[in-house]
Amino acid sequence: MTFQAFRFDPVELPPVAKALRTEVRAFLDDNRASLGNRRDYDQAFSRRMAERGWIGMTWPAQYGGHARTAFERYVVIEEMLAAGAPVGFHWTADRQSGPNILRYGTEEQKQFFLPRIARGDLSFCIGMSEPDSGSDLAGTRTRAVKVDGGFRINGSKLWTSNAHRADYMILFCKMAEAGQEEVDRHAGATQFLVDLKNSPGIEIRPVINLLGEHHFNQLFLTDLFVPDERLFGEIGNGWRQVSSELAFERSGPDRFLVLFKLLTEMVRVAGDNPDRATAAALGRLVAQLATLRRMSLSIAGMLQEGLQPLTEAAVTKDLGTRYEQDLPVVARQLFPAEPELEAVDTYVSMLARATMNAPRLSIQGGTREILRGIIARGLGLR
Amino acid sequence: MRDETRILLESMGRLFDDHCTRDVADRAESGTFPDALWRAVSETGVPLAALPEQAGGADAEWSDLYAVLRVAGRFAAPIPLAETILAAWVASAAGLEVGEQPMTVGPVRADDRLRLERDGNGWRLTGRAGRLPWGASAGRIVLLAEGPDGEMAVSLDGTGGAELTAGRNMAGEPRDTLGFAGLRIAGDAVAPAAAGVGRAALYRRGALARAVLMAGAMERALDTAVTYAGERKQFGRPIAKFQAVQQNLAVMAGQVAAAGAAADAGVDALSIDDPARQEFQIAIAKTRVGDAATIAAEIAHQVHGAIGFTKEYSLQLSTRRLWSWRDEFGGDVEWAARVGAFVCARGADALWPTLTDG
Repeated sequence: MTFQAFRFDPVELPPVAKALRTEVRAFLDDNRASLGNRRDYDQAFSRRMAERGWIGMTWPAQYGGHARTAFERYVVIEEMLAAGAPVGFHWTADRQSGPNILRYGTEEQKQFFLPRIARGDLSFCIGMSEPDSGSDLAGTRTRAVKVDGGFRINGSKLWTSNAHRADYMILFCKMAEAGQEEVDRHAGATQFLVDLKNSPGIEIRPVINLLGEHHFNQLFLTDLFVPDERLFGEIGNGWRQVSSELAFERSGPDRFLVLFKLLTEMVRVAGDNPDRATAAALGRLVAQLATLRRMSLSIAGMLQEGLQPLTEAAVTKDLGTRYEQDLPVVARQLFPAEPELEAVDTYVSMLARATMNAPRLSIQGGTREILRGIIARGLGLR
Repeated sequence: MRDETRILLESMGRLFDDHCTRDVADRAESGTFPDALWRAVSETGVPLAALPEQAGGADAEWSDLYAVLRVAGRFAAPIPLAETILAAWVASAAGLEVGEQPMTVGPVRADDRLRLERDGNGWRLTGRAGRLPWGASAGRIVLLAEGPDGEMAVSLDGTGGAELTAGRNMAGEPRDTLGFAGLRIAGDAVAPAAAGVGRAALYRRGALARAVLMAGAMERALDTAVTYAGERKQFGRPIAKFQAVQQNLAVMAGQVAAAGAAADAGVDALSIDDPARQEFQIAIAKTRVGDAATIAAEIAHQVHGAIGFTKEYSLQLSTRRLWSWRDEFGGDVEWAARVGAFVCARGADALWPTLTDG
């Protein structure tokens, strides 16, 4: 018998991580004015973090990194998320673009991109989803053709968060070579580092989300030229490169601390001595959160060892989004109120925010159904 | 995992695999104590391993003992292993006798009260210890009672003349209620409970034992369900090939993984000195594992269809234990309320530090 299908080894934060936490909290105290706003993308804030060495923390010093452990980085990012810090400018680059460049980039690319990311100078977005391929990434239709000195790319990307303000996008597409598709749906998958601010042939249109916010975009790529030196990784290796990104993308505390403020406000409304039923309902949520944090930390430990715990990351994201989507459900039962986004009362406003944001959590970064398919594969069912 | 731990768990796995046969399980449920299984477990030294060497133990790590309980949970071992480990711990810490026989310990319910009063050179015991695991069949019963000067440990040879009401949990494990109406107890069977080894500590460790046993039982139920889904064919193919079944099993696997992580966290909490903080962490474990058990048992049965609902098929050995254990040493609502009370008492602005510090 196999018994333990997945690996979540216990980890303990090293003492240095505990000292760092104190330092991060002091920083957050000093930057109180920047916290908890609906504005989550703030380059000035990212630069202040960069000055502390908190972007690219785990990367080697030769590329502008700080050679710290995954656990130290974990402490910084979870403190930022819990405080509602505006980390959007550097988030994608720090979480996955940078680590992937470190893994698959050329020496020139590492030297160009990584120090700039770590200084808070460059931001990234992810060019994966398309109008006709959301969950089915292998069905991507954007095509690259080899031309003299580079590649010519045509196609469209959709749901591209922050494309209107990011400097670079890691684009996922396929080489336009006929016949490969029938052999292997992953064949020809290739990635490029696309300069969004200085490339002719890119049109970016906003897609406003249901909260009235502009995060998403649709991109139209028309004869976009990308020079040879911005080919990312190897031609045809895009599928494997993307897969390695996903463990970073799916296992972090950003998968269960998006709505932490609502839980905080629920505890505030409950008061210091709630009745047993209220205490139990809150206690259940806290127990879920504490367990998620432990699982996520365990994955951080595996990533630090160079492992690729894709199934464990899928488990953690699936449980994390389930928990976060339960938050407003339980909140309404315990403390009924008419939610209003712009309400003065923080609980009422957080309830609106949580209710309206909940649907996206189990869609972005891999839908619930896709994640459960990955878990099923991990169980040997497919 | 340390090498010693891995070797211990492998050998305990083999032992349970050899001895926890279906016949042993069925006979235990119909009231025959599994002597051969107990002897085999007892010979490994595990039941008394927590004791200091001079008291006949091995100064074992509690984390290793709980890891053995997880294996016992996988095999649905029908013996009072957790109870004996805890009984030996309470009795030995108080300087009372322990032996090789299966033991039990109590009270196991928060509301039960036992009182001791002096009677010459002995004592008289009054009160009730409800639903003691193997209360009637354990060779020795270790109880914690209120004495005139504080908490006392009592070590009884068998039920020792208590009024006995037999009971069973949903898995058919004995849960016997003992009533004491001024039962006379000899002086050398009573001693002050050791500091930190009283009712509150026993309750925490008992709840943690149930959480760890459940984590093990869920692992077995998942394994059973995955194996069955791969073998059972409907509409011309194994039901494991249907997405609806895959998605259900993925949900179950997530809950099983969460239960394992929560149980591990609870065990880690034993090294926390502050009892309130330790209780908070163990309360989280019992709550989370109990919630997972409900979902995991439901899906395991759904995947199995009618066959899983039979006595003949083995899934029920795991699921009936899950349904029972989640309510023992305090149910998940009771423990969840402790978690909630702990964070609320500290206040909203301390919520994040409460989760991350210590």
